[in-house]
Amino acid sequence: MDDRELPLLEEAIGKIWDKAKELGLDPFPTHFEIVPATILYEFGAYLLPGRFSHWTHGKAYYQLKASYDYGLSKIYELVINSDPAYAFLLESNSLLHNKFVVAHVFGHTDFFKNNIWFANTNRQMVETVSQNAQRIRQYGIDEGSLEVEKFLDAVLSIAEHIDPYPRREPEEKKAEPVPAGEDPYGDLFPPEKEKPRPGRKAKPKRKVPPEPEKDLLRFILEHADHLEDWQRDIIAIVREESLYFVPQMQTKIMNEGWASYWHLRIMREMDLTDDEFVEFGKLHASVCTPGHSRINPYFVGLRIFEDIEKRYGREKVFEVREMENDVSFLRSYLTEELCRDLDLFIYKLEDEHWRITDKEWERVRDTLCDSMTNFGHPYIVVEDGDYGGRRELYLRHYHDGRDLDFPYAERTLKYVYSLWNHPVHLETKEKDRPVRLTCEGERVTKTYL
Amino acid sequence: MVSTSQHDWSLHRKGPADQARHLEKIKEAIKENLPEIIAEESIITSDGKRLIKVPIRSLEEYRFRFDPYQGERVGQGNGDSKVGDVLGKGPSQGKGGRGKQAGDQPGTDYYEAEISVDELAELIFEDLGLPDLRPKSTREVPTESVKFTEVRKKGPMGNLDKRRTIMENMKRNALKGKPVFGNLTNEDLRFKVWEQEMRPSSSAVVLAMRDASGSMGEFKKYITRSLFFWMVRFLRTKYQDVEIVFITHHSEAQEVDEDTFFHLGESGGTRVSSAYSLCWKIVNERYDPERWNIYPFHFSDGDNWSEADNKLCIELVNKLLTVSNLFGYGEIREGGYTSSLMSAFTQIKDPRFVIVTISEKRDVYPALQKWFSRGGVAIG
Repeated sequence: MDDRELPLLEEAIGKIWDKAKELGLDPFPTHFEIVPATILYEFGAYLLPGRFSHWTHGKAYYQLKASYDYGLSKIYELVINSDPAYAFLLESNSLLHNKFVVAHVFGHTDFFKNNIWFANTNRQMVETVSQNAQRIRQYGIDEGSLEVEKFLDAVLSIAEHIDPYPRREPEEKKAEPVPAGEDPYGDLFPPEKEKPRPGRKAKPKRKVPPEPEKDLLRFILEHADHLEDWQRDIIAIVREESLYFVPQMQTKIMNEGWASYWHLRIMREMDLTDDEFVEFGKLHASVCTPGHSRINPYFVGLRIFEDIEKRYGREKVFEVREMENDVSFLRSYLTEELCRDLDLFIYKLEDEHWRITDKEWERVRDTLCDSMTNFGHPYIVVEDGDYGGRRELYLRHYHDGRDLDFPYAERTLKYVYSLWNHPVHLETKEKDRPVRLTCEGERVTKTYL
Repeated sequence: MVSTSQHDWSLHRKGPADQARHLEKIKEAIKENLPEIIAEESIITSDGKRLIKVPIRSLEEYRFRFDPYQGERVGQGNGDSKVGDVLGKGPSQGKGGRGKQAGDQPGTDYYEAEISVDELAELIFEDLGLPDLRPKSTREVPTESVKFTEVRKKGPMGNLDKRRTIMENMKRNALKGKPVFGNLTNEDLRFKVWEQEMRPSSSAVVLAMRDASGSMGEFKKYITRSLFFWMVRFLRTKYQDVEIVFITHHSEAQEVDEDTFFHLGESGGTRVSSAYSLCWKIVNERYDPERWNIYPFHFSDGDNWSEADNKLCIELVNKLLTVSNLFGYGEIREGGYTSSLMSAFTQIKDPRFVIVTISEKRDVYPALQKWFSRGGVAIG
């Protein structure tokens, strides 16, 4: 696209907007920014423009940029969930290509605005992340950038272990005040009534947390006893940014499917020349192709939405885009026929080869849904923040048949130790055998239970 | 409801700086693991130009994750997949298979960084220096080299910088609205200007001696080769010319070519003095210590013929030390004993006689550090 085409693009964006509205979409007002590839890939790596500096972002940027430079991959669109929404167009794309991206983008910004899982997201996140970045930069100046980097390394290692749902406060008797001075958290968590448990000595233990806590970051933020203010702030920042991305992780297939569903319908109704139509067809095909052993969310999502429309009518697709997330979407609408048409399968490592082992559609569906638990990450909770009465942290992995990567878990435990500053335990299973990893500083020990 | 803009984002960028930090961390990690990396076979067999992959252990972004090689996952085919189809090869034997290193627990994850031998050498040599040199009485021969340092508007036509001249011409034309080459005038011309650089010439000779007796097995040969690779590379960064003389010995010594030096099979007994005598002879005949920096290095398992020969060796080492910058003795052993030659050598107190012992791959790096300790004098 050259500069002379910019007015043409602006005109087209207006038309596409009108068409999208006419077809029933209700997107956020959307601002398009036209950028060179380096900028697009930078934003792609940081996920949001202006996010804080960290070497892991540099690594992501390098990898994205390199695969672009070598022609291995291409970012098709980059659109940000905010109000107004931001979308980035590549200046080197052809005019038609950018029109195609614009149509796709309105699908996303409609989804952001109307899907229920996005209802609580911060719609000023771009401003928020740059304020966060600014504070982290300042901590680097005050505390030393290496200190801050090391701390971020540790916090980022558990960035996925958050709880997007509101905390269930224990309903019990909040009224009863506890004599102060006995326990720093005594007032937060009143002792249970004397109710001797069978088989145990009658010693009511004030448990912290009262219920297993899924939000590791929040628990550490609230209960670690060595953290300085800047460190707590960094934990809060990482948690806030992780929370913002949760709905996007929960609706990857739906979101891309929805945007693809609409770019098709919008572009078909635009007045395209024959040449443009051919180019559009190629672009669509390059996005919505069956996977090469990986699931292509554009393709899978599109086909499911089209199937819903065929079976229940246009109104239903709008309802689905509002109410579901990927798990419920697949559970409710991935049918046997779709599973076969989409050529989905289960595969695993057998005799040193990745091999297709099953195509039975219900197993495929269930395996896929299960893999999305906790956005694809192991489900780990804090079971005890005062294990053995020694302020030790006891984590439990809810084992679902998949073992942890133990070398990784050991390294991550060291990070958690550096945040908690007391010994940290993680109970999980290895080949069905209960095992506990314990980190007391440099060393991690493994005990079979 | 829609708007577009095209800002200049170049001032808001973080990617390049964070990427630079990432690369810096890779280098740090490599440096921490130098003892493991340095004796990698892929390095010494490389031609020194291509990138080598070095396993490092600290750049992964660790988190709680599932075993990447266990369990079932869902994939998508192109329409005709069947149960039993193979999608690809998994890791060979066990998991986490990229690393090798015996003794590591299975699944230990390595990040493979790519680095050129030159970059690696730079990291290794950062901490190395040449041992103190005694002042040499030689007049150092200045070498003349020509370096183009400047561009001017006037000069001899022979030095016309055509590229720049054309650029200037096109710029001037572009100002008039026609960005093409033509209408060359005097003000377009640009000339290269050079300066003569005077650099002291410096030459060094490495006299590499290797024990090829029956007791020197594959491992010992390999270590010799690895040490030798880095040693020569290092000396080449310090001297303009580095010549290498290869000597092998069992009970007799002979000068050989490089290939023979590294591949000669083992046989016979060991008379170390034979190598040192030959070394002394070669220095006297070919390498005037006034002009050459002399570095004899000897690799052996220290299993010498007789006590008498050890005595002779000490004499010869002392003699060689009068003309050498550094005499390195590398004893490669697989057991924990002290060799007779080593015991004898402890009598030599000259700090320029440096003994290292190597019993595993990771000793190569400390050996280099010991031979070329900091505080050395920079040459040329």
